[in-house]
Amino acid sequence: MEIDPFIFRLSIFILSIFIGYYVVWSVTPSLHTPLMSVTNAISSVIIVGAIIAGLAGNSESIFNTSSIFGFLAISLAAINIFGGFLVTQRMLAMYKKKKKDK
Amino acid sequence: MISANLSAIFYLTSGVLFILALRGLSSPETSRQGNFFGILGMVIAITVTFLSIGNFSTGFVYVLIFLLIGGLIGAFIAYKIPMTAMPELVAGFHSLVGLAAVFVAISAFLNPEAFNLGSPGNIKLGSLIEMSIGAVVGAITFSGSIIAFLKLQGLMSGSPITFKGQHPLNALILISIVIVTYLLCSTQSSNLFWILLTISFLIGFLLIIPIGGADMPVVISMLNSYSGWAAAGIGFTLENTALIITGALVGSSGAILSYIMCKGMNRSFFNVILGGFGAAEQSSSAGNKEQRPVKSGNAEDAAFLMKNASSVIIVPGYGMAVAQAQHALREMVDTLKKNDIKVTYAIHPVAGRMPGHMNVLLAEANVPYDEVFELEEINNDFANADVAFVIGANDVTNPIAKTDPQSPIYGMPVLDVEKCKSVLFVKRSLSPGYAGIDNELFYKDNTLMLFADAKKMTEDITKNL
Repeated sequence: MEIDPFIFRLSIFILSIFIGYYVVWSVTPSLHTPLMSVTNAISSVIIVGAIIAGLAGNSESIFNTSSIFGFLAISLAAINIFGGFLVTQRMLAMYKKKKKDK
Repeated sequence: MISANLSAIFYLTSGVLFILALRGLSSPETSRQGNFFGILGMVIAITVTFLSIGNFSTGFVYVLIFLLIGGLIGAFIAYKIPMTAMPELVAGFHSLVGLAAVFVAISAFLNPEAFNLGSPGNIKLGSLIEMSIGAVVGAITFSGSIIAFLKLQGLMSGSPITFKGQHPLNALILISIVIVTYLLCSTQSSNLFWILLTISFLIGFLLIIPIGGADMPVVISMLNSYSGWAAAGIGFTLENTALIITGALVGSSGAILSYIMCKGMNRSFFNVILGGFGAAEQSSSAGNKEQRPVKSGNAEDAAFLMKNASSVIIVPGYGMAVAQAQHALREMVDTLKKNDIKVTYAIHPVAGRMPGHMNVLLAEANVPYDEVFELEEINNDFANADVAFVIGANDVTNPIAKTDPQSPIYGMPVLDVEKCKSVLFVKRSLSPGYAGIDNELFYKDNTLMLFADAKKMTEDITKNL
């Protein structure tokens, strides 16, 4: 009897939920806003699906209904990836410690 | 073209880098490095996708063009957006993740061969179920986030929109989503797929409209969580480890934040989600409205009190964000510090419109993060402080939460502001806060009300110091 590969993916999924649980509880509350913007950015890794969809058009027609949705999804995800990481960086750059010279 | 096994290893690598990105946020020092890991993970995932398809024909050029268009828009927004608009921005970004998930699901449904999922009308059952879950959750995330965005942006009233039969209607739609998904999986009909998407968009919209403006921290966190589950659903369809790991991380992150926010209000998640809090309570308190005397003062009085204090605790709230008073506030604090007055900041978990909202604004105004404290860390210090300066906060300081079991906010953790020797309360009027109840603090002997715009008042105090 062979194990369905789905079970392996499910295992990865369940274990990642636990990793997420412990990692997120250790995030300091003052960084909860950057946490949201960075999770936004990384969930846009969904762009990999969009790229596959966009490149699926055959050589005669690059644009068919399926690939058009793919291309649109690429742009949406790209807004999030660039926007999410850059705005996180901008926020994190503002968190400074007290100057020692006091 | 690289082998499927090799690309799977690379996807795993980017998944691990994403975990490190979140891990970095455990302290501000490591956070920037964490963000770098996140970017690296993303670059790896995208590059590997290109390499594994190995098709660098005309289509590839178009992919780059669309990527660039999105990237430019994203970068432009990221640099232009004011920090006070962060909640709207995050809500807007959530909607894009949701819509991207829906689009990818549509692509996969229309052209399953490209994803190795079978052929149109004959998609593998497991994939179809995963795809439907991704599409449904994505659609709910999209329309829900749009409503949250409109409410936060003020384009739509922040007060809860309720109507008769709302909950039965929502329940009916949720049940029909399950039924349509079942039918879709057994018939593979594309009409049912479009119906499924339509009702999912509709329910996302209906779920968020009854939730009031000040509950947005919970809503944003919840939608954050949904966007993760949508990504995970698509990840299962595409059999992509990076997407599955990320979806799980983001899903649990959002869930934890929702939990923290609900706990900060001592309300159950369902109580918030079912909505209508603000509207219901306002009508009940309107009846027993009595005029009670308050002490009010001006900037000079406030400056005098603070000049003679040795320690001051600042309590910021959403009003500070609305008035954009964070810079003026920091200038006032600078002046106080020059007079050797100890100043700290106390942040309630649900202050503002999203988790960590106040912290970002203070950081923007160059307030060092080690002067900013969370509720549990600082609550005992109020008893020893001379002045509490409440700027734009209200319900989170109301002592009634500790004393009156009849109050709708009873049991909510509040800042013990009333224990200070004197309290300065900057507010535009005596109107109640979001919970619709009077704040006992206004009528205490040691409270001085400063009726003015938060920014203007803060500037005036600085002049008088």
